[in-house]
Amino acid sequence: MSPGDESILDEPILSARNLSLSFGDVRALDEVAIDLWPGEVLAIVGESGSGKSTLLRVLAGEARPDAGAVTYRDTTGTVLDVHNMGEPALRRLARTEWGFVRQDARDGLRMGVSAGGNVGERLMAVGARHYGDIRAEASRWLERVEISPTRIDDRPGLFSGGMRQRLQIARTLVTRPRLVFMDEPTGGLDVSVQARLLDLIRGLVSDLGIAVVLVTHDIAAARLLAHRLVVMRDGRVVEEGLTDRVLDDPRHPYTQLLVSSVLAA
Amino acid sequence: MSNWVLKAEGLSKGFTLHLQGGVRIPVLRNAGLVVAPGECVALSGPSGAGKSTLMRLLQGNYGADAGTILIRRTDGVVADLATASPREVNALRRDTIGHVSQFLRVIPRVPALEVVAAPLLARGVTREVALNRAQALLRRLNLPDRLHALPPSTFSGGEQQRVNLARGFIADFPLMLLDEPTASLDAANREVVIALIGEAKARGAALIGIFHDQEVRDRVADRTIEVAPLREAA
Repeated sequence: MSPGDESILDEPILSARNLSLSFGDVRALDEVAIDLWPGEVLAIVGESGSGKSTLLRVLAGEARPDAGAVTYRDTTGTVLDVHNMGEPALRRLARTEWGFVRQDARDGLRMGVSAGGNVGERLMAVGARHYGDIRAEASRWLERVEISPTRIDDRPGLFSGGMRQRLQIARTLVTRPRLVFMDEPTGGLDVSVQARLLDLIRGLVSDLGIAVVLVTHDIAAARLLAHRLVVMRDGRVVEEGLTDRVLDDPRHPYTQLLVSSVLAA
Repeated sequence: MSNWVLKAEGLSKGFTLHLQGGVRIPVLRNAGLVVAPGECVALSGPSGAGKSTLMRLLQGNYGADAGTILIRRTDGVVADLATASPREVNALRRDTIGHVSQFLRVIPRVPALEVVAAPLLARGVTREVALNRAQALLRRLNLPDRLHALPPSTFSGGEQQRVNLARGFIADFPLMLLDEPTASLDAANREVVIALIGEAKARGAALIGIFHDQEVRDRVADRTIEVAPLREAA
C-alpha cells in the first residue's frame, strides 16, 4: 500500500484515552482523549500552563501518564501501546516512523555536527550507508527547506534562528515519517520568519501526507495548518472540532476568549 | 422534489456570547430550503436577517443548533452536514461543496495560480492539469498573466475576488455556495461570472447565492428564498 492510500483508512494512527497526569497539586492532564488519522493535522491550542505541551510529551512517549493509554498503529497495522512497548522499541519508532520538531531547534539538532551531517544522521539511522547518496539527499533537503546547499558543511550554530528551525524540519522529514509531533515550531521567531516557516511546513506536510500533532498558542498558525483543532485549558479539552468552525463559531467561554483576544491581521 | 442536491430542514442557529454576560442572539429558527440539480437559488432579505449565517451553516463553517442539512454526494450517498464529523465535512468540501466567499483568506507566499489549483490538487489531479486549468480560468476572468505567479495579498479587492471565483469554479462541484460573487467586479467580469454560473447550471450543479446586484440576481437565479429576520419577542 502506498502512503497516499492511508487517508481513506478509517483507523486512527494515534489514539489516547483517559490521560491523566498530575504534578503535585496541579492536574496537567485531566481525562484527555485524542484521535489522529493518517495524513491529518491536529492542532492543540491553549495558553501557557493549559497542559498542551505535557500532552504532546505524553503522546510521544516522553512522559508517562498517571492513568490512561496511548496507542499507535504502525505501518504493518499492529497497534502498539506507547508506554508499554519498552525503551528500545520506542527509540526505534522515534527515529523511523515518527519525528519531533522542538520549539528550540538546538534541542532537536546536534549543534556540533554540520548541517549536512544533521540531515544525513537521520538517514543513516534508518539504514542508509552510501556516503555520496546521503550527502546528495541531504543537499536536496537543504534546498527544499530553502537553505543554500553551499551551507552543507556549516554547523547550525552559524545559522539564524529561522534557518536552524528549517534545518530541524529537514532533519525530521528526510526519513519521511508517518507521524510528526511539533511543539511551537514558530515560537521565538520573528513574524516575517514565522510566515515563511508556516508556509514551508504547510507545503511539506501536504506533499508528504504526514500526520501531525501541532502544539501552538498561535491561532493563525493553527488555522493555516490544521484540519482539526483541540482547545485545552487547565489540563482538559474544553472544545474540539473542525478548525474553522471552532475558530469562527466557538461555543465554550474559554474558546471565545481565546479567539477574541487575537488581533485580526 | 426528490432529485435534490441539498435539502435543509428545521435549521436553527443562535449565538451565546459568554464574554458579554451570556447574551443569547437567535438568528435562524426552523429555516429550510431544497435545491435541485441545475438550479440556482438566491437568498434575499434585509441586512442582518441571517443570509450569511445560513450560507455558513450550509458550508459547515457554523454548527447548527438543530435541524438537518442533507447533501447528496458525488457517489450518490446522502450525508447530513449538520451532524457530520470534522473529517466528513472536510471530505464533503473536497468533493461536493464548492464555496466562493466574499473575501479571500490569503496564505503568505502562495501564488495566485496555486491558490486556484488547490481544490483540484486536493482531489489528486496532476499538477500540470491543475495548473493549466487554473491559468485558463484566471485568463477567462481577465487576471493578467503577470499576476498569476504572485501571492494575492497585494492584489486589489476585485483581483482577489477573481482569484476566489476561479478557485470556486475550477473543480466542478455538484453544490456551489456563492456569497456576493460579483461585489467588487466591473461589468466585463460580471458577465464572465454570469456565464460561469450558467455553465455550472448546465452541467447539473445546484447553486445557492447571495446577490445584492439585482441585475445579476435576475439573470442567474431561478427562484428567490426570503430569509426573514427573527422578531425579538418571537
